[in-house]
Amino acid sequence: MAAGNYMGSPVKRQEDVRFLTGAAQYVADVKLPGMLHAAVLRSPHAHARITSIDASEALSLPGIHAVYTFGDIAPLAKPIPVRVFHLPGLEDFLQNHLAVDKVRYVGEPVAVVVAESRYLAEDALEAVQVDYEPLPPVTGVRQSLEDQVLLHEQNGTNLAGHAVVGFGDVEAAFRDADYTRKEEFKTHRHTGNPLETRGLVADYDDQSGDLTVWGPTKVPHTVKNVLVAQLGIPEDRVHLVEPDVGGGFGIRGEFYPEDFLIPFAAMRLGRPVKWIEDRLEHLISANHSREVLCEVEVAANNEGTLLALRADIYGDMGGYVRTHGAVVPALAAGLLIGPYRVPAFQAGVHCLMTNKVGTGTYRGPGLYEGCFIRERLMDMVADDLGLDPLEIRRRNIIQPSEMPFTVGPTRVDGIITTYDSGDYPSALNRMLQELDCDSLAGLQGQVQAGKYHGVGIACYVEPTGFGPYEGARIILRDAARVELYLGITSLGQGHETVMAQICADSLEMPIDNIRVFHGDTDYMPRSVGTFGSRGTVMAGNAILLASNSLKDRILDVAAGYLDTETSNLEFREGSVYRIGQPEEGPALVLADVIRLAESGEGAAGLDVTEYFRMGERTYSYGAHGAHVAVDPETGKLEILRYIVVEDVGRCVNPLTMHGQSIGGAAQGIGGTILEELVYDDDGQLLTGTFMDYLLPTSRDIPNIESVILEEAPSPLNPLGVKGAGEGSILATGATLANAVSNALKTFQVNVTQLPLSPSRIRDLIRNAPTP
Amino acid sequence: MTESLEITVTVNGQEYQRAVETRLTLADFLREDLGLTGTHLGCEHGICGACTVLLNGDAVRSCLMLAVQADGAELTTVEGLSRDGRLTALQQAFQDNGALQCGFCTPGFLMTATAFLRETKNPTEAQVRDAISGNVCRCTGYVAIVEAILQASERGGE
Repeated sequence: MAAGNYMGSPVKRQEDVRFLTGAAQYVADVKLPGMLHAAVLRSPHAHARITSIDASEALSLPGIHAVYTFGDIAPLAKPIPVRVFHLPGLEDFLQNHLAVDKVRYVGEPVAVVVAESRYLAEDALEAVQVDYEPLPPVTGVRQSLEDQVLLHEQNGTNLAGHAVVGFGDVEAAFRDADYTRKEEFKTHRHTGNPLETRGLVADYDDQSGDLTVWGPTKVPHTVKNVLVAQLGIPEDRVHLVEPDVGGGFGIRGEFYPEDFLIPFAAMRLGRPVKWIEDRLEHLISANHSREVLCEVEVAANNEGTLLALRADIYGDMGGYVRTHGAVVPALAAGLLIGPYRVPAFQAGVHCLMTNKVGTGTYRGPGLYEGCFIRERLMDMVADDLGLDPLEIRRRNIIQPSEMPFTVGPTRVDGIITTYDSGDYPSALNRMLQELDCDSLAGLQGQVQAGKYHGVGIACYVEPTGFGPYEGARIILRDAARVELYLGITSLGQGHETVMAQICADSLEMPIDNIRVFHGDTDYMPRSVGTFGSRGTVMAGNAILLASNSLKDRILDVAAGYLDTETSNLEFREGSVYRIGQPEEGPALVLADVIRLAESGEGAAGLDVTEYFRMGERTYSYGAHGAHVAVDPETGKLEILRYIVVEDVGRCVNPLTMHGQSIGGAAQGIGGTILEELVYDDDGQLLTGTFMDYLLPTSRDIPNIESVILEEAPSPLNPLGVKGAGEGSILATGATLANAVSNALKTFQVNVTQLPLSPSRIRDLIRNAPTP
Repeated sequence: MTESLEITVTVNGQEYQRAVETRLTLADFLREDLGLTGTHLGCEHGICGACTVLLNGDAVRSCLMLAVQADGAELTTVEGLSRDGRLTALQQAFQDNGALQCGFCTPGFLMTATAFLRETKNPTEAQVRDAISGNVCRCTGYVAIVEAILQASERGGE
């Protein structure tokens, strides 16, 4: 492949070989001399007062180096701060690294044991005596709203945060509308469950004062800042290193209690300490997500034109507000309108405490939830008004001529939401064409071979490219070696390839010359991190800016030597040419430019750093479609076809992008039909293993079909790219719920709650108005 | 509780004699005692399949076995697949089809599929889907993995 054409080509991943040969190094593979191992004692109660902790027996066991409880960390530790989506009040509901007097969810860290081996550390957990006085638990948002039982008594309420967003005269719209409908929707608690659990290794050098931590891999610079603030170490002495990472999906790499406890233990003991979470711990300690209750009302005229939408969205925060707990209800509200024109809108965002694991994001946070609510409503309105589901969407969808489209103030930070570019009808039409929707018309709601067939469609808009900045540093070592340093991390997306493609094209060099370095906070002093489909948008454009700066510097050096102006020169195909004199050949080859740049006065080599800054978000969009068959006897949902159409403005690598599309849709299908974190009335998690929390396997996932569109490049960044990681998951719940409702329309089934497990589908049929 | 036994195993063609605690899992023995960290632990209760290795040619979950149960056995881990720096047909097909993202489940899939392709020539898609249904991939949605295994089979086996 020629240099200059990498972007848009399915370049095979440069990083694959180490993963295929077992040579990759994940955090569990990090071994240091003298390393100790930690295990965390977790609360078995959902809500209880701690009356005593006695670690003396545990400390007397062989190979035990320390048992820490809150008293040990109290002089240093502060609660874990909110990272993003600060709503007033959230700061009063934060988690300490170890329980203080009370526990508020099953799984809350109470003590940490450090031992010679993991086996010995786990033995010692059983010897730590903790006495609890159980308290009544709060297990749902409705109960939480009553404030009968308070989780954080000093605050006098379970409502940790609240906001109202919206625009237009909602009251008038509802008063004057031909048609209104009120509904209640629930999305169920589930979470990312990356196949690699969390893990940390911390090493403190008490001679130099350097602390090195392997493991946090989403927002390492933020994690570093929290450690700096709490451990009292200078910023330049804290180094966060990213090993290979076994999936992120939103859950990994936020600041968790262990991110303080393990470095703390390493500093106290003067030895490296490792902690690798096991799966059972993961399910009761790492962020849960998706649990939202929504009361919503829609107003329309008789032709199906939407007039207003108002909603109250109740987000289940769990026992403590985590680093970004408000994201799910806030984004559910912020994008509830989706790709449609809605003249008046109001949404209340309510963050409520319950005695369950704290919640954060899962791929497509708030968007999966909001899309389910909106797209189900669209089908219901269509049904009520005697319209085809497709027709009501066509009547309300934003047209390309209306771009950029100002939605209004739907964000909790008060900033106006504006869709930057897009041809939303085109994406919908392409999906319908792929699904061959017309040929399925006669099948909908019909029985074939004992199964009810249904078709579901859903449209979405996705905010991507979260700012405010991201950087890239490029060093030209020699004519065939470019070092590209990034602040963003990779959690499996293939950044070493995608970012090298952008760099190679920008510099017009072979991709094999580019070496991508990421995953060490020392590489780039500032970085926002890898989340919210921002990597390619933010870091990709930083690479473009840095490449352009590097080319400018090359021309500066060459112009000085050639005694001419830079405007007379151009850099292409690895050499400097005099403009308009191609027959002369290169005026200076790159090796000579590098030699010149590294010699003489003020020589700094060819080494540039640039930051790309973007205050606004760029919006990807698309449509999903599914053809399903439902077995009314077993409740089993069979997905015959599943189509994902995504427009990402410009696709850098179709191979990895299809991987994101198909993989994200598969996760969404699993989340919609199988996965659920179920709590009982005592606040005990009933699905605490992979035997009960069912992940989708090769027998559950169909041959998902993915279509990538590039019809509307973003005007907000020079590459024109939009985020590509989450659009594939966020319409899955909506699409399948619409498909199941369509299949079971004979029974007048209307799905308002997820998941669509066999037992739920059986319940829907059993309790249907027309059984 | 911490009783040790002497075991002898052959791993990737090399013989090892070690004294191991009886409670040590085979996965921990491979990873910690032999330093073969390509075998991964995703759940430690036998569901996810990331820890799959070949034991006398059969794909087994090394998190559900004790090291002492492998005494006398011949084991293959992901580190033993490629020879002389060359990827196997299956490994190459994984790269060509984009059948891996984070790579954490990949060794388990490779071991399961290696054993499967040795026993099943020219499998159907349904057979492949069945064969890998005990391994969980959280990233790819399986479509590319199925394609890779079918392609490796067409190219002449594992």
